[in-house]
Amino acid sequence: MTDQAYNFAYLDEQTKRMIRRAILKGLAIPGYQVPFASREMPMPYGWGTGGVQVSAAVLTPEDRFKVIDQGADDTTNAVSIRNFFRRTAGVEVTTETTAASVIQTRHRIPETTLKEGQILVYQVPIPEPLRFLEPRETETRKMHSLEEYGLMHVKLYEDISRHGHIATAYAYPVKIEGRYVMDPSPIPKFDNPKLTDCPAIQLFGAGREQRIYALPPYTTVVSLDFEDHPFEASRADHPCGLCGATDSYLDEVITDDAGGRMFVCSDTDYCEARQAQGHRGKDAA
Amino acid sequence: MQSATLDGGFADPAIEAATAFRAVMEAMARPGRIETLAGATPPAPLSPVAGAVVLTLCDTDTPLFLAGEMNCPAVRDWLAFHTGAPLTGASDCTFAIGHWDDLLPLSQFPCGTAEYPDRSATLIVELPELSAQGATLRGPGIQDTATLSLPDGDAFRQNAACFPLGLDFMFTSGQALAALPRSTEVL
Repeated sequence: MTDQAYNFAYLDEQTKRMIRRAILKGLAIPGYQVPFASREMPMPYGWGTGGVQVSAAVLTPEDRFKVIDQGADDTTNAVSIRNFFRRTAGVEVTTETTAASVIQTRHRIPETTLKEGQILVYQVPIPEPLRFLEPRETETRKMHSLEEYGLMHVKLYEDISRHGHIATAYAYPVKIEGRYVMDPSPIPKFDNPKLTDCPAIQLFGAGREQRIYALPPYTTVVSLDFEDHPFEASRADHPCGLCGATDSYLDEVITDDAGGRMFVCSDTDYCEARQAQGHRGKDAA
Repeated sequence: MQSATLDGGFADPAIEAATAFRAVMEAMARPGRIETLAGATPPAPLSPVAGAVVLTLCDTDTPLFLAGEMNCPAVRDWLAFHTGAPLTGASDCTFAIGHWDDLLPLSQFPCGTAEYPDRSATLIVELPELSAQGATLRGPGIQDTATLSLPDGDAFRQNAACFPLGLDFMFTSGQALAALPRSTEVL
């Protein structure tokens, strides 16, 4: 079967219209999870079926598409999704954050500041921030409608009483424009400050859970915290081993079985761009 | 008559709908921004931009309300052929099209429920002209403030006060499109 046997961007037009309507309602009610009729995609749940459907609904032939998985452009998931849309939508693909108009991401926000005209599409596994506290959808929906978020603060408080600090390190809950509490997808809390006042449009797609939500540009996003335990964006206390960056989120890489390890930028494009500019870390070859 | 009904849709539906949706999304994400949208040539009194919005978003799943002079045979036939959207009354529509005065009162449209605020109508308001002058807007999607020529002030303030319930608006004129979601505060 040829690639032309598919409709533009794989999905049929009626499905895209349904997703597009959900995206518009999501933008009109920032942080609210809009139910949508998620389709089966040619990949397993958990591999970004929600993000792929949102990307399919927003892509145009003029776009330049980038996919990152934990910050990396070269993992199986990122390469597969990039190839999927290169074949079915005929879009140009890139690994450069600044050159991309649509960026699909799994669990990171690029280090490079996003700009107007860009769209960031998140792959979301569990869109409901209250799900692990209250398993019933009927109840969490009621809690959102009543703005009843005390349970979330209790959870953060229990973190403090058990560990001495808020131990939640990823999928750190945020409040949107003082109204909805939202799961920013499992991004490290290091990335949370990049959510607020972002010039780009941020779209979130959860395929298995059939939810879409969105943040328009310049939306106020506040990470939940307490006066005496303010939110803190944490990162490993090292410079990047390859590019020496001290302001990026780092992955810890085990290099041998004798305790050897190195810390490298999780955002491969950011790290490579810095190395091209001549920055070197202590582990650089 | 016959060809006026059958013509005027997107020449390349998948591509043109994708491009049109990006303009619609940018407008909804950045209230007050005026986007240009072409590609559809619906029969009068429906404007080209409103026609393009309907082709992009409406189908058999979206009950449509035509207000005032929009509810004429030419527009009804064109929408039936190109979208298949069922026509309905104001109280249970997902999209409504009309001139501002014909759409009033706004209370006749569904504004969502506390648990499902997305189950609300989107109003496509045909205006004689659209410009970046007039009411001052503030809210998500707007860096500081934006200005837009709105047909009313209090109606939109009341709508925004209902947040997260409320209606979402698209303003269309010729080939110009702007939007005002419920989250926007009209100063």
